[in-house]
Amino acid sequence: MEELLEILSDLHPEVDFETCDTLIDDKILDSFDIVSIIAEINDRFDVTVTADKITPQNFNSAEALYTLIQELEDED
Amino acid sequence: MQNHVLDYLEHIVTQKPEKTAFTNGTEALTFAQVRQQSRAVGTFLHDRGVYHEPVVVFMNKHPKEIAAFFGVITGGDFYVPIDEEMPVSRIQLILDNVQARILICDGLTREIAKKFAFDGETVLYDDICRTSADEEALADIRRRAIDTDPIYIVFTSGSTGVPKGVAACHRSVIDYIEQLSAVLEFDEDTVFGNQTPLYFDACLKELYPTLKYGATTYLIPRELFMLPVKLVEYLNEHGINTICWVVSALTMISAFGTFQTVTPRYLRTVAFGSEVFPVKQFAMWRAVLPQAKFVNLYGPTEGTGMCCYYKVERDFGPEEAIPIGGPFPNTEILLLNDQNRRAGQGETGEICIRGTSLTLGYYNNFEKTHEVFVQNPLNTAYPELIYRTGDLGRYNERGELMFVSRKDYQIKHMGHRIELGEIEVSANMEEGVRLSGCIYDDIKGKILLYYVGTVCERELAAALRERLPRYMIPNRLVRLEQMPLTANGKIDRVALKRLAGTFQARSAQ
Repeated sequence: MEELLEILSDLHPEVDFETCDTLIDDKILDSFDIVSIIAEINDRFDVTVTADKITPQNFNSAEALYTLIQELEDED
Repeated sequence: MQNHVLDYLEHIVTQKPEKTAFTNGTEALTFAQVRQQSRAVGTFLHDRGVYHEPVVVFMNKHPKEIAAFFGVITGGDFYVPIDEEMPVSRIQLILDNVQARILICDGLTREIAKKFAFDGETVLYDDICRTSADEEALADIRRRAIDTDPIYIVFTSGSTGVPKGVAACHRSVIDYIEQLSAVLEFDEDTVFGNQTPLYFDACLKELYPTLKYGATTYLIPRELFMLPVKLVEYLNEHGINTICWVVSALTMISAFGTFQTVTPRYLRTVAFGSEVFPVKQFAMWRAVLPQAKFVNLYGPTEGTGMCCYYKVERDFGPEEAIPIGGPFPNTEILLLNDQNRRAGQGETGEICIRGTSLTLGYYNNFEKTHEVFVQNPLNTAYPELIYRTGDLGRYNERGELMFVSRKDYQIKHMGHRIELGEIEVSANMEEGVRLSGCIYDDIKGKILLYYVGTVCERELAAALRERLPRYMIPNRLVRLEQMPLTANGKIDRVALKRLAGTFQARSAQ
């Protein structure tokens, strides 16, 4: 989780990712961010986030995103 | 002879008045409504005595914004689109440059507009589009129109930190639309899916051909460009068959394996540009759409959008790049070497554009205009301007033009044209930054900013957000103890690139 929070804060230092759960709904993240986040996750966690997993639900909060990463890690 | 871009609208409204012209999927305007609203806006401007002047349009991406553009042209004026994606400080530079008397906003942008230092009148689109059209006045404005009059100014990144406003006229836009439409074979059944923002010239590709043919344009909601599956579903739901997107929007779909979940059903024309299309990603698109036409487009804003095209009809190896191809009819590309002569076979030269498609130049900036809109050095007999793009190119053995690199520090990032110098100027404005050097890692597609000073990375990132558009924010900020300098005291970008590790990666290729 620490590592994920670091990736996210690098992109948006002004956002509190530990509490925010409307990252997509409130348009805090844009397509630049999504592409960067996925690239970083793929690099650092050695998982592949595919298109069907790129949903508002999975990207609305750091916690949801972390859950997704764990699910993907378990699949491997 | 057609001398006015809105002749397209006047014609089509007699043919298909009730057809949807522009829609965002929920709200739409027919051709008749577009014409009616644009005449209302034109009359309002006439009543205010605004003629042959810039009019700022600050609205959310919506069919009404397009009607506002046409309304400004109907009034004999030229539109200056600005957008809430732009930081307020950048918008201010634009307002200071154009000195408009009228700013058109909508209910959502009105509050933001109050923050600007703007002496003119701010009006609400929904109010002014209720003006009843003054047929006589509008007919008179139309009669006096000349096709070298400007119709818009769009702003592009400037290396000194001040954006440059490119002004284009009826004639260059008509030329562009006619040539582009013929090459891409648009027709009345074309259903465009617009991706590009309305505040750049890129959207000309959809806006004017829609009028010319009575086609329909969907303004795809911005947020769909981060949800690839939903995006393709949107294309299918609305029967979108033609897209002209930046490469990064296309690769966002293919790279995440979207096609394993859903594939586009109706796409028949895929035009792309502004960046190099990685051949591996391109192959995925081709495999999914074997019948579709794929066209690479190339061109600067100063040449009214695109000036070269290449229809991709052969296969490309993993090491090959897709060519720029050749110019549209009625445009010539001069490839000039250091001696200002035509580059020979295989020789690299600067890509220069000759023809009607040249825009008028940079608004209120003769100095910058004269640097790049220059006398054709091959013509010593009469005045003739060419535009020097600053892009280097060469012809391959098939005679196709290939993009090589930039002459300067301009880059293309996520489809946007950016001067690295503008990012440096913005960083240097921050108290606590002594010196900064910006480089582009073109392998990973990241902007890196190195700086020396007392401010921490986090504070600097926040400050840059206030001054730069989203797409110009560096992906990584790195504070250095000392800036590497060259022998003559300039920032050593090669050393910075080496720091970034891109140097090794490139020489290993």
